[in-house]
Amino acid sequence: MSNPPLTGDARLAQLARSKVARKRKDRFVESILLLAACVSVFTTLAIVYILIKESLVFFSQVPLWDFLTDTQWTPLFDDAHFGISVLLAGTLSSSFVALLIAVPLGTIIAIYLSEFAGHKTREVLKPMLELLSGIPTIIYGFFALLVVTPLLQKLMPELPTFNILSAGLVMGIMIIPYVSSLSEDAMRAVPMSLREGAYALGSTRFQTATRVVVPAALSGIASAYILGISRAVGETMILAVAAGMQPNLTLNPMESAATITSFIVQVALGDLPHGSVGYQTIFAAGLTLMLLTLSFNLLGYWLRRKFREAY
Amino acid sequence: MNSPTVSKERLRSIIRSHKRWDIVFGIVGLMAMSVGILTLVALFAQMVIDGFPRLTVEFFTNFPSRRAGQAGIVSAWVGSLLVMLVTALFAIPVGIASAIYLEEYARKNWFTDVIEINITNLAGVPSIVYGLLALGLFVYTFGFGQSILSAGLTLALLILPIVIVATREALRAIPQTVREAAYACGATKWQVCSDHLIPYGMPGILTGVIIGLSRAIGETAPIITIGALTFIAFLPPAPFVEGAGMFDWLMSPFTVMPIQIFNWTSRPDPAFHANAAAASLVLVVLTLSMNATAIWLRYRLRKNLKW
Repeated sequence: MSNPPLTGDARLAQLARSKVARKRKDRFVESILLLAACVSVFTTLAIVYILIKESLVFFSQVPLWDFLTDTQWTPLFDDAHFGISVLLAGTLSSSFVALLIAVPLGTIIAIYLSEFAGHKTREVLKPMLELLSGIPTIIYGFFALLVVTPLLQKLMPELPTFNILSAGLVMGIMIIPYVSSLSEDAMRAVPMSLREGAYALGSTRFQTATRVVVPAALSGIASAYILGISRAVGETMILAVAAGMQPNLTLNPMESAATITSFIVQVALGDLPHGSVGYQTIFAAGLTLMLLTLSFNLLGYWLRRKFREAY
Repeated sequence: MNSPTVSKERLRSIIRSHKRWDIVFGIVGLMAMSVGILTLVALFAQMVIDGFPRLTVEFFTNFPSRRAGQAGIVSAWVGSLLVMLVTALFAIPVGIASAIYLEEYARKNWFTDVIEINITNLAGVPSIVYGLLALGLFVYTFGFGQSILSAGLTLALLILPIVIVATREALRAIPQTVREAAYACGATKWQVCSDHLIPYGMPGILTGVIIGLSRAIGETAPIITIGALTFIAFLPPAPFVEGAGMFDWLMSPFTVMPIQIFNWTSRPDPAFHANAAAASLVLVVLTLSMNATAIWLRYRLRKNLKW
């Protein structure tokens, strides 16, 4: 900078040089940024690679057919059985209980917030509701085991300490904000003119909400439900703490049962050596879980695409 | 539509009954909201009632113990802090850099589409699957073992989509005119990004980072999956103390707050449940204050920013 100012061609040459240098630096920065963007692609590839590689070790010892059809799940016993349907049953019944809570409440809350509540009410209530999804799931598990289960046992004395019902109920409340905020976004995206049309025909708020806004936002609402399902299926700690880890082929939520996720936790907590069949089961279980949530996510994506109303 | 036989009274009563549904639904809506909010209140009440008496200075400075009354969370909160440090150091630069690439540099082609779909998908992967990834990749393939480094990197991958999405939104909210003005002055792309876009988008980026970290600090499942021990009665080696190298703590075994809570919750003795409640209270206050900071930042951002 302190050099005497150049003139004429020398100055031009200097400018050209500095331009080239800046361009080169820019290209260098771009390649670093690209590398960073690829980290997420590598993550997906690594997940798929690890799950498939380790599952192949498992399936080389346990036939796929047994994995799908066996009705017992006792990988840690001498007489080992590997029937994934046992864990699937636990996952299904707990998700079902959770959705029984989250879908109706989430939908009602979304309709209320988007169509009924005033601006002020919404600004206060919505962040409070979103706090529900900010609480660590382990704390929900603790709450389910030590508060909800004793409460339910007062109503149903025969309920065991570890049960799907209380874990599912708490999980449902945890999922409410996921369902309600996505559904609300979908409803708010419905253009004002549709509502005005309905009001002009003499509809009340309730009629406008249920007959015009909800049907118009249906694809978004459906994908909110799908997201809720995939959250419920992948939830781990609430179930590991409150639902017990006993594999149990039942759809009855009043019993204790292991899910795919809580089984993985159980094995990880134990001291099985890496490489044993019992240990490899967690990767096979993880692969099943991954396929399950992936198909739900794809379904949600497809629903949004297919049934999107364009205004 | 109306046949002349419908009297005025009849019409009024129909309208009234329809209007009644509005009121009914308003009440039902409030009740549905209150289920969520009451749960939150009950959760807090229970933690405060059971846990508050345990919150003494010793609770923060004692190691976990077989005797519930003397057990503390020092190894847990130090572990959480160090794991978060690794997570932040990895997730923040990588997340911001990917977002800048996707928003400002990427051309519209199939490869960009792949990255975008991929990020959306990663956000939907259950956290325990990240745990399995870390177990296979960091613990066994890279040989990091069950260390702070493995846990920090796992959680960083987990929150990467959150940071990326938030940063992209922040960048997208900056008007095109800012970029054009900078280019008109002869700035290169990177100068535009580093001198203008990143500083202007900072509140939005920070919001995403804070929400991501508050999620990471409460994650239990992936850390259990990599096999973190639950009974740790020592701290990771401090740098340069007693001959420890600067980065020895990265490879140290550790425990974190959620794992300590899980450990205490799964014991049958109710005295440990009080410890779990106290530790939960600490963790919840931490995550909620992080969330509140993020909400406040977003609110300020919306208020002060008028392009």
